[in-house]
Amino acid sequence: MSIPFDKLDKAFENRVRLQIMSILVVNERYDFNSLKDLLGVTDGNLASHLKGLEKEEYIIVNKSFVGRKPNTNYEATAKGKQAFKAHLDALEQLIKHQRSN
Amino acid sequence: MEENQVHQDLASIRSLMERSSKFLSLSGLSGILAGVYALLGAAIAYRIIYINPVDIDRPVRGMFYEGSINDYIVTLAELFFVAMVVLISSVATGFVLSLRKARRTGQQFWNASSKALVFNMLVPLLTGGALMLLFALRGYFGIVAPASLIFYGLALVGAGNYTFKGVQYLGINEIVLGLIAILYPGYGLLFWAVGFGVLHIIYGSIMYLKYDK
Repeated sequence: MSIPFDKLDKAFENRVRLQIMSILVVNERYDFNSLKDLLGVTDGNLASHLKGLEKEEYIIVNKSFVGRKPNTNYEATAKGKQAFKAHLDALEQLIKHQRSN
Repeated sequence: MEENQVHQDLASIRSLMERSSKFLSLSGLSGILAGVYALLGAAIAYRIIYINPVDIDRPVRGMFYEGSINDYIVTLAELFFVAMVVLISSVATGFVLSLRKARRTGQQFWNASSKALVFNMLVPLLTGGALMLLFALRGYFGIVAPASLIFYGLALVGAGNYTFKGVQYLGINEIVLGLIAILYPGYGLLFWAVGFGVLHIIYGSIMYLKYDK
């Protein structure tokens, strides 16, 4: 019996990336500071994971200004949502597979 | 990948989806207290309207006021004052108790969800407030009780997308009650007391038992 590990998305191997994606699939957009507060990670750590997801084209970045303060918003792309769903399906299969063993 | 890790991933996904899109620090206890304030306010309003201890000889029958125009304005001002005190103390209680709950559970109070919650409530509330004020200025006071219930209900249905589902059910009940209130013009205060008093206490208690512990 083949173990369905290969279906898991490499981009979501890191917990923080998976968490970012879970937030972005249920919210139209989310800003950097709110993400940071919710996940409890450092600026640098969060920024690097966001870059990674951006490179995969799973999220897009919107930069704007609120007054004079720069405000960076993130949004999940259709491709990103699809990948997230596929990853969840793979996790589900993995659990079923382990149960049947 | 360990099975344990898969479960941890799933648990963290579930929790973040909920926490990022919903304001979960809303205090049920504040709902109960808001209901109590509303009942007290309704009792005071009842005294102002129906039992006039200052001038018991001149009976007041609903809208057909037989006293001087001055007394009439004083009565309206008193009712407005009572309503404002109930509103302000309810909002303040909700704010303080939710802030306390957020601190206790280690969650952000002013976050994307609470902002969305407030914005979604303000639009129907300010619309309803302006509508009632404009109608009241033209002498249609009968609209106040049903319209306040209906617009408050709409605000709750909107806000319910950003917090516990129970808020939405409360909103639907308020709307239905407001529509029924239109059919019984003389009983505005009674409907108001049920909607803002009794329903708040019922739903506040449910939320308190379910989520405040």
